This record gives sequence, structure tokens and C-alpha cells, in this order.
Amino acid sequence: MHQSTLAQLSVALESKQISSEELTRLYLDRCKKYNDSLNCFITINEDEAIEKAKFADQQRADNKHTALTGIPVAQKDIFCTNGIKTSCGSKMLDNFIAPYDATIVEKMNNAGFVTLGKTNMDEFAMGSSNETSFYGAVKNPWNTEYVPGGSSGGSASAVAARLAPIATGTDTGGSIRQPASLCGITGLKPTYGRVSRYGMIAFASSLDQGGPMALTAEDAALMMNVIAGFDERDSTSAEQTVDDYTEKLNDSIEGLKIGLPKEYFGEGLDSNIAKIVEEGIKELEKLGAVCKEIELPNTELSIPAYYVVAPAECSSNLSRFDGVRFGHRCEEPTDLSDLYCRSRGEGFGKEVKRRIMIGAYVLSAGYYDAYYLKAQQIRHLIRDDFQNAFKDIDVIAGPTATGTAFKLNEMIDDPVSMYLSDLYTVSVNLAGLPAISVPAGFVNNLPVGMQLIGNYFEESRLLNIAHQFQQATDHHKAIPGGFE
Amino acid sequence: MSLDKSEVQKIAWLARLAIDEQDIPNYSDELSNILSMVERMNSVDTDGITPIAHPLELSARLRADEVTEENQRDHFQKDAPLTDDGCYLVPKVIE
Amino acid sequence: MEWETVIGLEIHAQLATKSKIFSGAATAYGAEPNSQACAVDLGLPGVLPVINKKVVTMAVKFGVAIEAEIPPKSVFARKNYFYPDLPKGYQISQFELPIVSTGHIDIQLEDGSTKRVGVTRAHLEEDAGKSMHEGFGNYTGIDLNRAGTPLLEIVSEPDMRNAKEAVAYMKKIHSIVRYLEICDGNMQEGSFRCDANVSIRPKGQEEFGTRAELKNINSFRFVEQAINIEVERQIDILEDGGKILQETRLYDPNKNETRSMRSKEEANDYRYFPDPDLLPVEIENSFIEDIRGQLPELPDAKKQRFINEFKLSEYDSGVLTAQKEMSDFFEACVNSADGEAKLSSNWITGQLAAALNKENKDITESPVSAEMLGGMVKRIKDDTISGKIAKQVFEAMWNGEGDTDAIIESKGLKQVTDTGEIEKLVDDVIANSPDQVAQYQAAPEEKQGKLIGYFVGQIMKQSQGKANPKQVNELLNVKLKS
Repeated sequence: MHQSTLAQLSVALESKQISSEELTRLYLDRCKKYNDSLNCFITINEDEAIEKAKFADQQRADNKHTALTGIPVAQKDIFCTNGIKTSCGSKMLDNFIAPYDATIVEKMNNAGFVTLGKTNMDEFAMGSSNETSFYGAVKNPWNTEYVPGGSSGGSASAVAARLAPIATGTDTGGSIRQPASLCGITGLKPTYGRVSRYGMIAFASSLDQGGPMALTAEDAALMMNVIAGFDERDSTSAEQTVDDYTEKLNDSIEGLKIGLPKEYFGEGLDSNIAKIVEEGIKELEKLGAVCKEIELPNTELSIPAYYVVAPAECSSNLSRFDGVRFGHRCEEPTDLSDLYCRSRGEGFGKEVKRRIMIGAYVLSAGYYDAYYLKAQQIRHLIRDDFQNAFKDIDVIAGPTATGTAFKLNEMIDDPVSMYLSDLYTVSVNLAGLPAISVPAGFVNNLPVGMQLIGNYFEESRLLNIAHQFQQATDHHKAIPGGFE
Repeated sequence: MSLDKSEVQKIAWLARLAIDEQDIPNYSDELSNILSMVERMNSVDTDGITPIAHPLELSARLRADEVTEENQRDHFQKDAPLTDDGCYLVPKVIE
Repeated sequence: MEWETVIGLEIHAQLATKSKIFSGAATAYGAEPNSQACAVDLGLPGVLPVINKKVVTMAVKFGVAIEAEIPPKSVFARKNYFYPDLPKGYQISQFELPIVSTGHIDIQLEDGSTKRVGVTRAHLEEDAGKSMHEGFGNYTGIDLNRAGTPLLEIVSEPDMRNAKEAVAYMKKIHSIVRYLEICDGNMQEGSFRCDANVSIRPKGQEEFGTRAELKNINSFRFVEQAINIEVERQIDILEDGGKILQETRLYDPNKNETRSMRSKEEANDYRYFPDPDLLPVEIENSFIEDIRGQLPELPDAKKQRFINEFKLSEYDSGVLTAQKEMSDFFEACVNSADGEAKLSSNWITGQLAAALNKENKDITESPVSAEMLGGMVKRIKDDTISGKIAKQVFEAMWNGEGDTDAIIESKGLKQVTDTGEIEKLVDDVIANSPDQVAQYQAAPEEKQGKLIGYFVGQIMKQSQGKANPKQVNELLNVKLKS
């Protein structure tokens, strides 16, 4: 049963093959069994989950349910969950019991999802390996000596190991897509503004976007139907009407025009990865898609621009963690400055501190124009590059990450190399576009993802292509050894 | 751009981050490396390009002037490290 | 050396909305600490701001009232600094693109001339919370109820040249925001406060001197005192060959001195940048025109109208229109007084103002309503009571004894105008005062006018002031001469 997709679980629950309580217990048992080795959960809510599952069973009995009522889910620990610890992977919030639900959580609760627990993540979502978490690194189920990617590494690892049928993630520079790629699952980063950011602890407000991390595109579509939509509590949330994301899943992709950016297949891409992605693209051609080389000339500048914009916003967003109203407070502060400096110095880890300092620097007097404004100008160029490309094509295809998962501790002391590995993901966030990573094969028994980038609000199209690809391939069905 | 010790200290103070004296050289190196990487931006001429702060250039939606929140002080203050009489406490500030 | 003072003011007007600028929490004054601080105001992790439309409308209203330019797009920015009353570690304000651009207002100087003062800009921002340094032992207590209250910061050009001009400017802005009903103007509660940038320069020099910023002054009187004392301080320094430091200073009204606030000054690098949680506010022309169409009559226009329509003096008209409630009171009073404006104006600016002042009451708290006062003026005008009796009536109304007619009735204050009755009084007094009659009749004509006063006094005494003085005089003249 734990190998089932959301769609299959929905049928099983509806046909009373299994109750939500049984299903929830099954996943909770797996969580407890494997969390020691994977470390993908920060919190497992056993009691609340079972209670919620019983309630779901009652709702089904009373015929007051949705198709997804009673299905377990793992929430990334960046989403506030009322009455449940919400740490954001940081010592700063180790003692923080969120007093309210994020919009995404509220919507999933209302749809009847049962929250199994809160997944591990890079501290404040800053990282590409899940090694910056205060709660320790998450392991990749395909090889536990390797990282799962980040920052939504806990969610990716949990779904890949079938400890949860689906999970939420957030993506500021690739944090859904890259771990999805490294763990062999499907991860969708929606258009900026498609999913509410309310209650999602901010890293970089103009880049952050929550989305599904699932076994299949169809499951991602089912979750999108629940979480997407306008939220009056988020000023940047889009008022655009929401698609039924399952509606076009089975459409043919005959005649689909795919752009292949030459910058995505140049040096810096591991040749084994290139081969797998090219095979994936061939598969799409077999389904009737037509490919064409395109140019995204400012791709290389996306990393420097991103590492100005994201730290600038984070330096300000993280100022609220000051030891006064919530979160870590140092022992016996001698005065106000001591309270601030020590609470923050002790509460934040090294990578977070680095980014806060870079952010404070690029916004400070005398540097603002040269760094922050320059980066926002480049952002304009990057967005224009995409818009030009989309005049001739429907979607862009390429690799999600520059390589497969790397070994734990391999890159942790080299932040710049780690940053450069985000090459194919960050420009999408700078432009605010939707993109999906789908499993496309393996190199040395480690998964490789293929990325599809769509134009604004074209999540339906991305899910359709991904679903058609998954109808024709089996990569997404592979289960890491030891977790069958 | 490379950041020397005093600049690292200045930024750390601006961001109210206590950092150990012994870690400063390390920060200095790492931050300098990051800034050098970031300066690749200078390879492109952006004269006349409008900076964009948001991917989708939309305008703000405004809400009606209505009181929708009720008093949840006790609920919120469960997360507070130190309170008294409904107030959050910080070491005495001398103005 | 002769020095010239240069003053610019930054006025913070709290906008009179029900809810906060970025959250649905109430803005009411005086609630229990932190009972009106919601998740957004507290800056809890994950919360987001949403702009209150009323705040935008009010700011545009102000802009239109001062004939300012309203740019089509304005942007909220974050001003980053750490302070315990600032929960997010940044204040959401406006920096490069404020909602109101350059405008101006006219102030009246003491010599009666008018001076135009430039308004550089007015921008929206959120207020901070309150720090309480007493009552928490070794701690400072933080109350965030005020955090997120909308403020309009109105920045003037450095156009004022002495403290009196600064006060006149501040009073004018106060008057305008109250007329527009966008701010309650309550200075004691801090709804209207100002920072003054003060510098001096040798008279004739064009370049500005180094300025000091005097923070958070919350009364008209203190503004004048603070500026004067700061100017003296700066003159002393410069004349001793010293230099003025650019710094923030706090005015202490108890000691009448300004002192440096060095603690707040260190390393101010606010790192302003556009708030990524908020999108730009776009203002369409039609929106501005709608507001222009609904703009109430403003103090300058109303003052002119009072001069034209009611034939009031410039001075009286100025006094009556400075406060909207005062002008409303006056018009309601005139209305109840059958259009008698001059007498209404005299009573409002005289007796009523004195009584209010004595009890430290605002016109809106007057126990004598405009209708009651107008009713009384009407009775003076139609000779029911004399001006002297009116003072008694006013006092009785002030003490809650009812309206004019009721008081006249119950106290029997109605003026006696019955000729027969007055004639009887006159005859009685003449009959009882033979000596005075003889004296009067012996006196030369030019002295008789003075001597008649005795008889009038006696008659008024007999009638308890109610005899119509005009009729009494006429009758006495006839009877004494016969």
C-alpha cells in the first residue's frame, strides 16, 4: 500500500480497502522505522495524526469527504502548523510552537489530509544539500552516504523512501526541483503568486513559492488542486483563475514545441546527466513534441544576481528573530545589544549568518546600486530572455541539476561551489516562472531529474507533459533499495 | 571585492550577529569569495534597464478598513521567552 | 553677527482608520498592552502585510488638499534597524516613491501677511510600538498595540525662519488634517507629533548650516520652546567658535533644554529597499478626481466665506475657522440665531471660549450646544433679554439648567417692555427721589446726561435688570424735564 500513488490511495479509501487510520499507522510505522537512518522528519505527530485519521474515517462514513480525505502528508517544517513545532530547520525556532496555520496547511487540512509530521530542511531553506539543518543532515534513500539535495531535502527523502505518499516543499532557488531530482521524485515549483506564501516562513519573499513533492505528476496535480489559488492574506498572491490541474493530464503532446537552451547543455553539465536528459527529451519527441535550440543568454548571470537578491531579502526577513517575542533568546543578556547579537549569533547557523551578512552588505550605503540594483536589472534581462524564448516555443526542457547527489560533507565548506550548482534552477525563480522536475533516469544508481519550464500560470501544461512522460517511462516508479 | 576584519565586524553589527573573534578570518574569506562571484554581474552592461523587484509587475490589491482580528495575546505570548503584565520584556533600555 | 534660523518640520499624523495599515487589528487608543497586536503586528514568522485602502484614500485626500502632485505609482520600502518597539526589525515606510509629492500650504504671519511653505512630500508608514522603561524592574516592557498604526509623514521644505512660523505651519497642517477627518489631531495621545530640523546661518548666506533634528515634540508650545532653545544653543556654539554636530536631539520640556540622543544615532544605515511582500500602489486619475470632488471646504476657503457671507473681521473669521468643529459650531449657532452672525461670533470667541478654556474643554465638549447658544442670541436680538441678562442665562445653560427660553421663564428674566409697567417704575423712582430730581433739574443740560444714570440704576434695580433700558431712558427724559 505504501507504494501507492495519491490517486491509488484515494481509490483504496473510497472502496474501503483500507481506512485512513490503518493507512496513517502504516506510514507512521515506516516514518518511525526509517527516520533514524534518513533523518527526514524533525517532528512526527503520531497522536495528532491518528486522531486526524479517525476524524477522516468519520467524515468518509458521514459522506462529508473529498477525494483526498484521510490521505497522509508530510509538511516541510517551513510551514506554520498551529500547535505543532515549526522550526524551519533552525535552533532559532527549536522552541517555536506555531500559533496559527499557514494557508497551504489550512487548505490541506480542509481537504482532509492527515499531517504525519514536519520534514527536515536546510536552515531557513538556505542550502542545496540539507546539511545546514540544526537537526542534522538528511540522507538520500538511494544511498545514505549522499545528500538528498535541498532545501526541501526532508520532504524529498521522505517521499522517495515512501515514508509519506506526498509532501510539501518550497522553492526559492530550486529547493523543490533540485531535491526532487536528486531523490528521484516529481517536484513542481508553481508560478510566483500561484500558491499563498502566508504562513510559509520567508526566506526571500520575491522568490519563495510553495509546491508539491510527489511520486507522480498526477499526484502533484491533485495536490495543486488543493493548494493553488488566491489568498487575500498574501498581497503577492495571484487573482488569476485556478485550473483544474488534472483536467489536461491526458491530453496529447503532439506538436508541442520544446525549447532547448544551449546554455543548459554547455560545460558545467556532467556528461552522464546530459545523456539522460537528452534521452528524456527524445522520449518527448516520440510522443510528438518538436524540439528547437534556443538561447537564454543571461543564464550565467542568474547565479550572481540570485545571490544578491536572495540574501538581501533574507537579511531583512530574518531581522524579526531577535529573542523578544518568540524563538531563541540568549541566557542573561547584559543589555539590549547583547540580547540581539547573542540570541541571533547562537540561534542562526553558519550558512544563514553568511547570507544575512551578504544581504546586509549589498543593501548598505554605498553598495546598494552596485549590487542590489544591478541584480534587479539583471533580473529584468533574465525575465526578458524567457519571454523572448516563449514567443516561439511552449516549454523549455533541460537538466534540473548540474549533477547527481553528492556525498555528505563534500561541499559544505565550499559555499560558492554549492551556489554554482543551482545554475539551472535559480533563473526560474528570478523570472517567477513555473517549473517541474521529473525523474528521467539514473547515473551510478543515483536519480537524475529532467526540468520543464513553462510560461506564467502554465502549470497545467507542465503537469500534462510530465504525466505523458510518466505514462511512457518507468523512472518514477523505481523504489530505492531497502525501502520497498 | 574583499572584506577585511573591520568590515566583517561592521556588517555583523549591522545585522546584530555575535560572531567569534576566531571565526572572523573565515567569514572574511567566504564573504569575499561570494562577493567576487557576485561581481560577475559587472560583465553585462545594464544601463537604462529598469530594475524589477518582483517577477510579475502587478499592482497592490487593497483591503477594506475593517477590524478582523481579535485579541489573541495569551495565545501568542506562549511563544515568548519573557513577559510580564502583558508586555514583552527586554533588558532595560536607557534613552 | 546676525543669524538666520532655518526650520523644516516632519509631521507625523496618525490616520484615523479603524484597522491598522497592514493588518486587521484595531487601532483604538488605550487598550490593554498587546491586546491589539495581531500576528502581523507582532511580526510572527510567515505573516504578510496587506495594505488598508482607507489609508491610501486618506493620503491622497491630504495630497489633493495641499494641491500636491500625486504620482501614479508609489512603493513601500523597508527601513531596516533593530529596536524592541519595531517587531520585524524593519519599518514598512516609503522612500523613493512616496504617495504624495510636492505641494504647499499658506500660513498667516503675525503681521497679517501670508507666507507659502513648501511640502516636499508626504509618505505612508507604520508606527512603532511603545517601550515602557518604568515599572518592570531591570527590564523595559514592550507594548505593540500601536505597532502598525498608519502614519502620514508630512515633510516640509526648510522654508520657515523662526519658531512662530513653525508653529503656524504645524497648526495649519493640524487644521487641514482635522478638516479632512483623516487624523483626530490628539496631541496628548501622540496622534499628531513632529520632528523639527533646525539650523542657523549668518544672515545673507545662502548655504544651510548643519542641522539638528529635534525628535517627537507633541505640543505647539513645545515646538516653539524647543526651536528657540535649540537656536540659542547653536548660536552660543558658533559664536564660541565651535561646530554644530548633525545629530538627533531630544527636547526636555521640564528643563527646557535639548539633549543629544547618541544611543539612537550609532551606525544608522537603514538599508532601504522595496518591500518584496508588497506590490506598488497604483493610483488612477479617476480615483484622484473622485477624491477631489468629495473634498470638504478647507480652512482658507471657509475663512474667506465667513468674511464675505457673515461680514466678520479677518481676525474673528480666522479664529472661528481654525478648527473645523469650531466653524461648524458657529454656523449652527448662527442658524439657530436667525442669522445673527456678529453677536454669535462675539459670544463664541468671548464668553464661550473663556468658559471652555477655564475648564480645559474642547468645543466638542461644550455643555452649551450651538443650538442653545443660538437660541440665546436670538432672544438678545429680539429684545427678550438684554446682553447683561444674557450672561446670567449663559451661566445657567452652562450649569445644565435648560435652554434659554426655559431659563428666562423659570427665572423670570424676560425683559419688561410694557410701557405702562415701565412708566409706573419711573414714576415711583421720581416720587421717591425728590433731592435727586431737584439736583437734576438745577443742573445745566450737559451735566443732566450723567445725572440721569442714578435714576436708570434705581429703576433697573427695582426691575431686577429686566426693564428695557431704551424705554426707561426715553421716559425719564420726558418726565424729568416736565
